Amino acid sequence: MSATTVILQLLQVVVGLALAPLLAGWVNQCRTWLQNKSAPPLWQPYRQLSKLFHKEVVLAHDASPLFRAVPYILVACMALACAIIPTLSTDLPFAPAADAIALVGIFALARVFIALAGMDIGTAFGSLGSRREMLIGFLAEPALLMVFFTASLISRSTSLATIVETLAHREFAIYPSLAFAGVAFTMVSLAENARVPVDNPATHLELTMIHEAMILEYSGRHLALVEWSAALKLYAYSCLGLALFFPWGIPEGVGLANFAVAVPALLGKLAIGGFLLALIETLSAKMRIFRAPEFLGTAFLLAVLGMLVHFLLEKGI
Amino acid sequence: MTPATVSIGAQFINLLAAVLLLLSFAMLSQRRILSLIDLFAMQGAVLFVSTLVVAFTTGQVHLYYSATLTLVLKVLLLPWILHRLIRRLNVKWDVETLINIPTTMLVGIVLVIFAFNLALPISELAGTITRSTLGIALATVMLSFLMMITRRKAVPQVIGFLAMENGLFFAATSATYGMPMVVELGIALDVLVGMIILGVFFFQIREQFDSLDIRHLEQLREE
Amino acid sequence: MELTAVLALPLIGGMVLALVGHRRPAAEINAAFSLLTLFAAAALTARVIAGGPLTAYRQQFFVDSLNVFLVALTAFVGFTTALFSRPYMRVEHDHGKLTALRLRLYHSMFQLFMFTMLLALLTNNMGILWVAMEAATLTTVLLVSLYRTAASLEAAWKYFILCGVGIAQALFGTILLYFAAEKLLGSEGSALLWTHLDTVKAHLEPTVLSLAFVFLLVGYGTKVGLVPLHNWLPDAHAEGPTPVSAVLSGLLLNVALYAVVRCKVLADGALRSALAGQLMMGFGLLSVVVAAFFLSRQKDVKRMFAYSSIEHMGLITFAFGMGEATASFAGLLHMTVHSLTKSAIFFAVGHAAQKAGTQVMDNIRGLIKINPTVGWGLMLGTLAILGMPPFGVFASEFLILTSAMRQQPWATPILLMALGVAFAAVFGKVQPMVFGDTSARRLPHPPAILPVFVHLALVLMLGLWIPPYLAEWYRQAAKFIG
Repeated sequence: MSATTVILQLLQVVVGLALAPLLAGWVNQCRTWLQNKSAPPLWQPYRQLSKLFHKEVVLAHDASPLFRAVPYILVACMALACAIIPTLSTDLPFAPAADAIALVGIFALARVFIALAGMDIGTAFGSLGSRREMLIGFLAEPALLMVFFTASLISRSTSLATIVETLAHREFAIYPSLAFAGVAFTMVSLAENARVPVDNPATHLELTMIHEAMILEYSGRHLALVEWSAALKLYAYSCLGLALFFPWGIPEGVGLANFAVAVPALLGKLAIGGFLLALIETLSAKMRIFRAPEFLGTAFLLAVLGMLVHFLLEKGI
Repeated sequence: MTPATVSIGAQFINLLAAVLLLLSFAMLSQRRILSLIDLFAMQGAVLFVSTLVVAFTTGQVHLYYSATLTLVLKVLLLPWILHRLIRRLNVKWDVETLINIPTTMLVGIVLVIFAFNLALPISELAGTITRSTLGIALATVMLSFLMMITRRKAVPQVIGFLAMENGLFFAATSATYGMPMVVELGIALDVLVGMIILGVFFFQIREQFDSLDIRHLEQLREE
Repeated sequence: MELTAVLALPLIGGMVLALVGHRRPAAEINAAFSLLTLFAAAALTARVIAGGPLTAYRQQFFVDSLNVFLVALTAFVGFTTALFSRPYMRVEHDHGKLTALRLRLYHSMFQLFMFTMLLALLTNNMGILWVAMEAATLTTVLLVSLYRTAASLEAAWKYFILCGVGIAQALFGTILLYFAAEKLLGSEGSALLWTHLDTVKAHLEPTVLSLAFVFLLVGYGTKVGLVPLHNWLPDAHAEGPTPVSAVLSGLLLNVALYAVVRCKVLADGALRSALAGQLMMGFGLLSVVVAAFFLSRQKDVKRMFAYSSIEHMGLITFAFGMGEATASFAGLLHMTVHSLTKSAIFFAVGHAAQKAGTQVMDNIRGLIKINPTVGWGLMLGTLAILGMPPFGVFASEFLILTSAMRQQPWATPILLMALGVAFAAVFGKVQPMVFGDTSARRLPHPPAILPVFVHLALVLMLGLWIPPYLAEWYRQAAKFIG
């Protein structure tokens, strides 16, 4: 483990922490454009965060220490996720830990804590949001695992670094199974990041909200951290999607030249990905919460189909 | 493990086959009749492209004809007829309540596994570059069959029937590079005539029951 | 030349009748074209008897001992049905059940249906056989729904969807067959020609062929009306006009079974096992038993005889499944006599139901008083179909049972029991229809009863004496199926 790799590893986390609000801002901007509204500036999320950081924290009487710890746990989980998902290079100190199943575990950990925090105060909205969140999570997780398994079957490994290397640096081959997995992954990401067909991050309507319901009681610094972790989660999922389905541009080495390629490539891919996300959100309508199981069931089905198709079509590859 | 063992053309066909399977599932879960017709047209388009690719990579001239036939019949003519029918019968906004989509989907998965297993020994005997898609073709046929069983309205049942024919056509292309031309022409003619007769038939059903709901057609049974 | 005529006449007839429309002589033109087709078929038969099997048009068509007798039978029943339908359909028209436009549709489609049947029989190409079978469904769908009642629409819809699905399975089977054959015969058009397939059948890939045969049997078996794929059959027979029921029962089922037999010959050659025969015996036996038990529950007369058709088709399938010269001989004979008897019964039933204004058996009584010829026709036809000596059905059923006794002794008691149940059910229902009390007046118009008695006379003759050339012909065909 050389010094450069350590620096690069740190850089990957820092880039994540710094870029995540920007990505959120970019998606918001695209969405408002697509809806013919005047867009907020790109750095609006940063402003929001700094405003919240300067505000006083108001805690409910019944809040337990857990309630106060959760924002930090969330940010830590998401930062760890950003660290192990190969974004700038596949050859990093954390690469051996970058296991797909471990990653799902990290996301699940964050989910459990935010759901606990939602129920901690004991308000109706908090518990409602937590219950819905767990419903979505319980359906989304198997689908996400199936997506990873499809990719793992191709590269014969559950290590994310190996998967990216296999897909990006081998001779070009078309993998139909990945097409299925890609669609499934998109659907799972929409649900996990509280995006439009499943949840709407911009509304506080009691009938529909999921994510917002859980964090209603947070304020000041804590709210800033929770919002930041949500942005990080979106960033992490985007990077994961890019790593699995569009891995071109993620270098194997750790040289500075590679880095010069990796960052613009990442920025470009994120910009396109963010625009597409905004497009999906604009084009689709929020569905009733009772349709969410169907939506995620379809995602699971597609991921399973991807695996089946892999067995049928890609034996020779 | 080297990708070079399968040519790019074959890989592309594999991808199209996968898309075909995806479309079959989409049709299985689609509630709106108009979207169903669009999906059917898309299936036809995928079929057209894949036939074209097979024709190009293998140099089978007669496949160009059948690709053209597919384009004219399944992408343009049949969806057009269906759209016209829907307009004339005014069932455009018919939204169907399906029996539990996730269950249907799970049954679909089981069918796909069954079809893949059934096709495996056969595709190993085939010498065509497209042989591995035979399983998908069979799966498409079975999924269309499932769609016909689960639907309650006449138009989706017919689309299921036509989709089944698509799957069979794909099977013919993938297993044997297409049937002899005279047979393909005959099949195309049958499908077209069948469609026209069904159009007439829809009007008769409509006239009789004021609806295209098949539930009206469940009076005849053994006591 | 004769072959061209056999195929071209009904095709031209269909077009001419579409043009003639509902004018007065449409029914006569229909009969005339059918008669010409019959003459052409007779000439073709004579030629095949004299010169042996022949092929035509670059081997796309071919005639041998198996299909030529079915061609003759088809043309004959087609002609007699056209004769029967002339007064029958006129009365339906006069009763206001049919408009002139629908009458035109009927006449035109009748001829086209004959064309598809003959094409299916004569073609050498397994693909074209499929196309013709599908076309046969299409031409009859609108005939089944001719009355436009709710029930007839439902029957036609069921018929279309079930047979469509079934025939799609057959297409998959045909694709698999082509797939197996292509390796041996090349991808030129000849790989689906039956004569070519027959010469190389021993080298066809067994795994592919077994799967192909299963699909083909299920596909064409749907059209034969084998249980459990039979649901469309009683509905379509009961709700369509009677002449259509007669040709569906008498011809379509035969032709579909012919397709199955052709496939079985190939499968037997390739498989070196009895799989094809066992499948056919299984389906056949199931059909016989299930249909026999359903017979007693019927209230509609046409529906009951439709179930009887399922039963007899099952019996024939069983006979071919046993696959031995005597059994196949009996199967062919039974195909002939069933076709003749069943269409005769439908003719008689048609008149009876038309007179009574209903097809419900409880409301049809005392036919013997209303019109003795119709009454006797129905009674004799029923006795014949139930296998009473001296009719031909007795002879063929006897042959089937004795060969079953020799080869599949376990099946004989099942068959005997089913036949007994069928006898009790059908006879118990027909007897009061013919001899029961009635207050109805005599039939106002003369029934077209000649076809009934011609058919029954032929069946009687086949029971007593099979002409030597016919027997020779059956024997050749049976040898080659067996």
